[in-house]
Order: sequence, then structure tokens, then C-alpha cells
Amino acid sequence: MATQLSTAAPAAVLQARYAPDAAASPPNATAWRLLGRLAQALAMLWATVTLLFLAQVILPGDRATIYLNVYEGQSVARTPQELAPVNREFGFDRPLWVQYADYLGGVLHGDLGIVLQSRRSVTEMIGEQIGATTKLAVLAIVLAWVFAVSGVIATAGRRRWLARLGSAWESLLAGMPYYWLGLILLLVFAVWLDWAPVVSGSGASGLWLPALTLALPLSGFLGQAIRTEYERALRQPHVLSSRARGTRELRVRVVHALRPALIPGITLSGWALGTLVSGAVIVENVFSRPGIGALLVSAVELKEFELISGIILIVSVVYVLLTFATDWLYTVVDPRVRLHGEGLH
Amino acid sequence: MAKGCTDMATISQSSSRLLREARHLPPLAWLGLAVIVLTAWATIAPATLVRHSPLQTDLLNTLAPFSAQHWLGTDEIGRDLYTRLVYGARESFLIGLLAMVIAIALAVPLGFSAALAPPWLRALTDRLIEILLSFPTLLLALLLVTILGQSPLNVAVAVGIGSAPGYARLVRGQTLLVRGSAYVEAALALGHSRARVLLQHVAPNAIRPLIPVTGLGVGKAIVWSSSLSFLGLGVKPPSSEWGALLAAGKAQLLEAPWLMIVPGTAVVLVALGFSTLFSHIQARTEGSKS
Repeated sequence: MATQLSTAAPAAVLQARYAPDAAASPPNATAWRLLGRLAQALAMLWATVTLLFLAQVILPGDRATIYLNVYEGQSVARTPQELAPVNREFGFDRPLWVQYADYLGGVLHGDLGIVLQSRRSVTEMIGEQIGATTKLAVLAIVLAWVFAVSGVIATAGRRRWLARLGSAWESLLAGMPYYWLGLILLLVFAVWLDWAPVVSGSGASGLWLPALTLALPLSGFLGQAIRTEYERALRQPHVLSSRARGTRELRVRVVHALRPALIPGITLSGWALGTLVSGAVIVENVFSRPGIGALLVSAVELKEFELISGIILIVSVVYVLLTFATDWLYTVVDPRVRLHGEGLH
Repeated sequence: MAKGCTDMATISQSSSRLLREARHLPPLAWLGLAVIVLTAWATIAPATLVRHSPLQTDLLNTLAPFSAQHWLGTDEIGRDLYTRLVYGARESFLIGLLAMVIAIALAVPLGFSAALAPPWLRALTDRLIEILLSFPTLLLALLLVTILGQSPLNVAVAVGIGSAPGYARLVRGQTLLVRGSAYVEAALALGHSRARVLLQHVAPNAIRPLIPVTGLGVGKAIVWSSSLSFLGLGVKPPSSEWGALLAAGKAQLLEAPWLMIVPGTAVVLVALGFSTLFSHIQARTEGSKS
């Protein structure tokens, strides 16, 4: 313990506390950095759109035939007479770069194409379903953070067996497949205890069980990420000094040690969104809930490629926005990041 | 002759090393190893483990619970669930292994080129990895299943490609670490050619930490591919692949919940088996390095 007092860390802590914010970095630099990030984000979205367009082009088979077959729910060869109107309607006979420019332009206007079977716009269909999934995901993230943080505060850096139990529990949760966890929760809470409906539907009473299913594995991952950093933070001089001042243990754990430990958890949030989307696809299926995941599964079954691309694009937009938000959160949680002018990742 | 002797010596040395490692294996890792060995056995010779045939129906005992005759119960047309589970191990296990082989085969060249290639190529692969990472694994796999069509082989390809970006980033990080290390600098200073340094020093040291990660990944790949089949977008029902068993059991959830609990638990046990054994190995290799 004593040797750690002489490391460089206290200097950084003091600097963070006493350096006035204005001296950290000139406002111009911050603006430039933000612009740079924005350009990066836009480039990434452009690349995603391009990849999705390429995927549609390399789809094996003639596109007009696929479209006609999907539209009529059949799988047969088509005559040129049948294909001509499809080619004209969707412009498949134009050169590829014209089609690409058209697709890109459409995306910029929020036009993601149409769903062939119902002839409805992809944007509209996603718009109908995105609310249910957003509610589910937000509740799951909140629950996961609550479970992870309270688990870490309760067990990390305590007696050996308790700390071990905590981390074993986290790795067990992190390894649970969503469908299995969902199934067990469904059987226990909906079938045997009858506390929740078996078919969730879109109602509020059916929300907590799917959200719990998404939250538990995520809380395992978050807990693992936070725990290491939290245990390091508990050994930091500022924690020692606040203990020496007679601060109560709970206050030390919640106020002083927690803040720096949140950083790796926040870093994970972009990735967490990814697992939540993957998880939502499965969980919505297990609990028969409507949402983006259920929409995606039916889109893959019916080969509605524009709908699939649209969903993937929406997910990447949210991912990019979240990355932005994460960047900003770093500076709120740990002012040292602002001093160094760069994200910690 | 001399070469034969050294070969024998290395073999006995490495096998005694293996024995020594085995003696230090904690009980949980032993359990993991046992589960993996059992699954591998079911993959190679399923007939040695069962009494029924996986397609034999027993119409007097449909949806029967656990009994001495049907250890894990029967499904809606009286097929023995235990038998189907054992026979399904082959597809689940092989799809998981193949997916991991594909993921690593893609990740190693991608990661190397993101770390060692000329700057323009490095920037390009870097960005590519980053973009692919922004796609959730299951979404990427679903996109690929749509493009390739639904079959057991394509499930492995889709899951393999879907999880490759994550491993590529790992390879990239590890390669950068090794390239910056003192022994690589020393080898270059000694005047060895770049190719030789790459093959002798950088490649083996960058790939070594991947071995436990690959083992951990097989468990994850089995979970992802069974998830695809569970959604009805992977291996299709007459097959008794574990995800397909789960999907088939969904209709009988209320009358016969074991039809889903049993294959689901099998996936969980195998995934946990891989993760306990290989996280132990990972901890050991990292420990012996420092």
C-alpha cells in the first residue's frame, strides 16, 4: 500500500482536481476534434451503405427473378417478358454506378426501398417496430448496469471467497445463451409462477421478463469489465486517504472508487449495443414479442433484402451515435480524459 | 539416427509436460475437459452411446417424460430425445469447429495486414475491421445466410465470417505488440531479412495467444450456430442438430418443456466446458510468459 503512494498517479489526480477547465485545451482544438470524429462517423456510414449495396449486387441469381419470386412467394424461372417490367420498375437494367448513386441518394432522403411482399416502404415498417425494441433495449441496459454495479460494489475487494463467488457468477452469466436463459425464465416466471404472460405481445406486463433475459448476460460482461478496474481503484491513494479521513466504507465504495471504474464499462457500450441487437433477435422470438428482431427474422425467411439492409443500416447509425455519446461521457466521468484531450480507448 | 533421438526426446518431454499440466488442472477444468471429450466421442461414434435409432418412433410413448426406457423423454412422435441429442452432437460440434477455423483463417491475414502491411493497405484493413465490428455478430451472420442460403455448411461459414472481425482486431493488437518488442528489434539489428524475422519471430509469437482464444471461441460458435437454427434460419428439423431440436421443441413448450430444456442445457454445458478449460489454459500461458 505505502509504496503506491509514491507513484505518479496522485499527480494526475491533483491535476485533474485543481487545473481550471479552460486551461485544459483551447476550445478550437475541441471543435476540430469533434469535426474529425464527425467526418470519421460519416465515412463509416458511407462505407456501410456501400457494403450493403455490394451485398445486394452479389446476391446469387438474377435480381429481377429474385424480386419477382419473393413478391409472388414462388421459386421458378422467369421469361424475359415477365422480367422486363421488374427491371424497368427497379432500374436493374441501368449501369451499376447509376444504381449505386440512386441507392445512396435514396438513403440520404430516408428512403430505404420497399418490402416486396407488402409493397410498403422499409422506413415505415422499421418505424413501426423500432419503438418496442428500443424500450426493451433501454430497460435491459439500465437493469444490466444496476446488476453489474451493485454486484461489484457488494463483492469486489471483499473477503476472498466472496470476491471469487462474485466473479464466478459474472462469468457464468456472460456465457449464457439468450435462448436458454429466456426459456428458463419463461418457464419459471410465466408458466409455473404465472407472474408474466407466456406470449409477451407488445404490452408493458410482458416487457420485464424479456428485458431481464437481455440484461443478465450483459451484466456479466459489464461486471467483469468494471471489477478489474474497481479493485485497482480501491488500492489507489485517493481511496486510502479518504479512508484515513474516516469516511464510511459504503461511501468510499460508492463515491470514491466507483467513478474511475466505470470507464471500461462505458467503453463496452458500443459493443453492448451489438450484443443487445443480436440478443433482441433471439429474445423477441422466445417471448413472441414484436420488434426489430422479429422483423429481421421474417425478412431473412422471405429474402426481403432491402428490409434486411435497412435494419442493418439503422443499427449502424445508432452504433455511430452511441460512439459519439460514449466519447462525451468519458469526459464527464473522468476529467483527466479532458486534460489529455483524447479518449482512453 | 540423431534426429530420431531428438524427436523421441521432444515427444517424451512434451508429453511429460502435458501430464504435469494435467495434474495441475483444477476440478472445474477437468469437468470441462470431460464434457468436451464426451461430445467429441458422440461426434465420432454416436452409436456406441445409445440403444435406439435417432429416427425410430415409439407411438405409444409420445411426449413421455424421463424414464428408464427413454432417459430424457420422447418428442411428439415418440423419438428418443437422448438418442437424438447424441446424434445431433456431430453437426453442432463440427459446425462450431468449422466456424472457428473459418474465423481464424480470415482473422490472421486481416490482422497481419492491419499491423504489418504498407501504410495505405494498413489503413484500409483497419477501417474494414472497424466497420465490420460495428455489425453485431448475429446480424452479419443473418446477412450472410440470406446471401448464401440456408444449409449446415453455410451456417458455419456465416458464423465464421460473422465472428472474424473480433479475432482480426485481436491478431492486429498482438502483432503490433510483438513487432514493437525488443527481440524483434534485436533480430533486425542482427541483419536478418524481414521475411525471416516475420516467419521466425513475429508470426509465431503473435499467433500463440490465439490458441486458448480459439478454444474459447469454439464454445461461442456453437452457441451462435445453434441460435441460427433455433430461429429456423440454420439447420432444418429432420436433423437433430441442437438448435434444430430447440426450434422443434418450441411448439411443445407447455406440454413437454424438456424438449427445449435438454438440448439448451447441452449447448450451455459444452459452451461452459470450453470456456472453463480454455480460460484456465489462457491463464496458465499468460502466467508462464511473465
